[in-house]
Amino acid sequence: MDVSRRNNVVVTGNPEGPAVLLAHGFGCDQNLWRRIVPDLAQHCRVVLFDHTGSGRSDLSAWSAERHGTLDGYADDVLDICRELELRDVVLVGHSVSSMIAVLAANREPERFAQLVLLTPSPCYVDDGDYRGGFSRADIDELLAALESNYLGWSAAMAPVIVDNPDQPELAEELKNSFCRTDPAIARVFARATFLSDNREDLRKVTVPTLVIQCAVDAIAPPEVGQFTHDQIAGSKLVTLNAIGHCPQLSAPESTAEAILEFVVGR
Amino acid sequence: MTGPECVTFAALLEDSAEDLYDNAPCGYVSTLLDGTIAKVNATLLRWLGHDRDDLVGRRRFPDLLTVGGRVYYETHVLPLLHMQGELGGVALEMKIADGTRLPVLLTSVVKKGPGGQAQLIRTTVFDARDRRAYEQELLRASQQAELERDRAQQLARTLQQTLLPPALPEVPGVEVEAYYHPASLDQVGGDFYDLFPLTAGTWGFFLGDVSGKGADAAVVTSLVRYTLRSGAIDDPEPADVLRHLNAVLNHTNPRLCTVIYGRIRPDGTGATVTLACGGHPPPVLIRADGTRELVRMPGGQLVGVLPVARFTTTTVHLGPGDTLLLYTDGLTEARIGADIRYSEEELRDDLSGPATARSVIAAATGLLASFGAGVEDDTALLAFSVQPPGATSPVS
Repeated sequence: MDVSRRNNVVVTGNPEGPAVLLAHGFGCDQNLWRRIVPDLAQHCRVVLFDHTGSGRSDLSAWSAERHGTLDGYADDVLDICRELELRDVVLVGHSVSSMIAVLAANREPERFAQLVLLTPSPCYVDDGDYRGGFSRADIDELLAALESNYLGWSAAMAPVIVDNPDQPELAEELKNSFCRTDPAIARVFARATFLSDNREDLRKVTVPTLVIQCAVDAIAPPEVGQFTHDQIAGSKLVTLNAIGHCPQLSAPESTAEAILEFVVGR
Repeated sequence: MTGPECVTFAALLEDSAEDLYDNAPCGYVSTLLDGTIAKVNATLLRWLGHDRDDLVGRRRFPDLLTVGGRVYYETHVLPLLHMQGELGGVALEMKIADGTRLPVLLTSVVKKGPGGQAQLIRTTVFDARDRRAYEQELLRASQQAELERDRAQQLARTLQQTLLPPALPEVPGVEVEAYYHPASLDQVGGDFYDLFPLTAGTWGFFLGDVSGKGADAAVVTSLVRYTLRSGAIDDPEPADVLRHLNAVLNHTNPRLCTVIYGRIRPDGTGATVTLACGGHPPPVLIRADGTRELVRMPGGQLVGVLPVARFTTTTVHLGPGDTLLLYTDGLTEARIGADIRYSEEELRDDLSGPATARSVIAAATGLLASFGAGVEDDTALLAFSVQPPGATSPVS
């Protein structure tokens, strides 16, 4: 199996630095890390990939069974670590990938030096005293919202590059991937993302962990970030003065700074 | 247009950019990059039943969406806007102050400052109630179609299974292998094969192709199978089995078929195979020394066309290491070029010898795979080989 091709693995940055593996969340692909890669690359060996079924991954490698749970994605992450022979990995997971990171690190803790959980939520659905922020009906509504956007998917999501006329290779790259996903695949990924409950897995984390959250985040509200931090013994919590669920896009400098301070102490 | 008319139009329009903005037939909303609402037009306020002061500087645009829409906006729309600067045709629902919902289509562009830095997201909001209702119909129809297709495939699969033997019996000293390649998941094919014990030491077998496919063909295939099985019971001469089938098909059905019926008798030195052919392509015989030939039985007529048909027979002896392959024309009539089809001769030349039943079926399925979409019809394969001396299971 050619894992690098399967997951469209891209390695960049400082080969002498620690290996930082960036796992993108539900919705788009590794392009989401674009704005923080330059900063990270100065100090770290940055490894980017697309989850199987997303971006420019090999869609034929996707299976509803393996990728119907977050464990399947964690297996993919471990495959990448093995094929690239990554050791002492800093695994950075955004959104749902923060839980994929937790699962991977719990499976093979010796492989990972640190975990960075960016806007994590161990459980999106409210449950008793726990407030994930969503009801089961909300999640059904989300699945319906996804469904109605697939009707015009190809036309609606064809990316138009307006700001990089002098970088045709970038335009080429974007045209082929981005937030385009096969609707059937996105449906399964959405279910795995929003219906998983990984609260119990947090307590099993032994790898040093940094939790980064945004001050305002409709998907992973601050109390969920706090819960994640509380459950992982010895973890560190950084709250960015940022709004939204994707601080690597909306506040790239402070996001990169928080990661680098944790990883290389600067 | 003359001067006075111009003036009249201008007066009628009373056009100011501000009036156009506020009372445009679509909603306008400008937000900061994090989604905070900076400006909104009167049309959108009216649609949503909000006051300007409730929204500007106080609410984020995603707050005006349903929960599902908000997640979609945060995980898909905002990232895309950050990365590519514009996005169109996003279908979402907005919340109206009275608790109802407004289906909308959004188009957004990122406004850049003089230095190229992103400043604002400008969004137009179109009322999409009619369109959404239509889309819901389409969506339901496509889901229904998907369901129906699954059901049709399931039915076709089940029916196909009843037309093929669930497992092949063992013939002592003879390796047997079969394969069925359906051309379509939705339809039952017209190809068939079988292998069954006749008397002590003799096995009957057949392989053929009923014209057409689908449910009608399946009815005939089923009839052909059971007619051949019942006609073979007393182990008559193979040509008589085909004559019996011909009579039945002539009485009952306008369909026709091609078929090879035969029997195989293992003996001390291998196995004797007697074949009767009704208009079917010639089997390939691969000898232990690697030579290959087509076992032609010229003159055999299609089954089911004429009241009295002529069928030709031949006898082949398979020695140790010899292999016989029966196939249907799905394989030999596969399209391999714009106007070129594969052929029996090419099949003979492409199969290498010596072979075994298993290896020749593997080679033929490899050929099918290499033809890809060029295989337009179902394909049935059935092969016999006599184990070479020294093979684990002795010839009985």
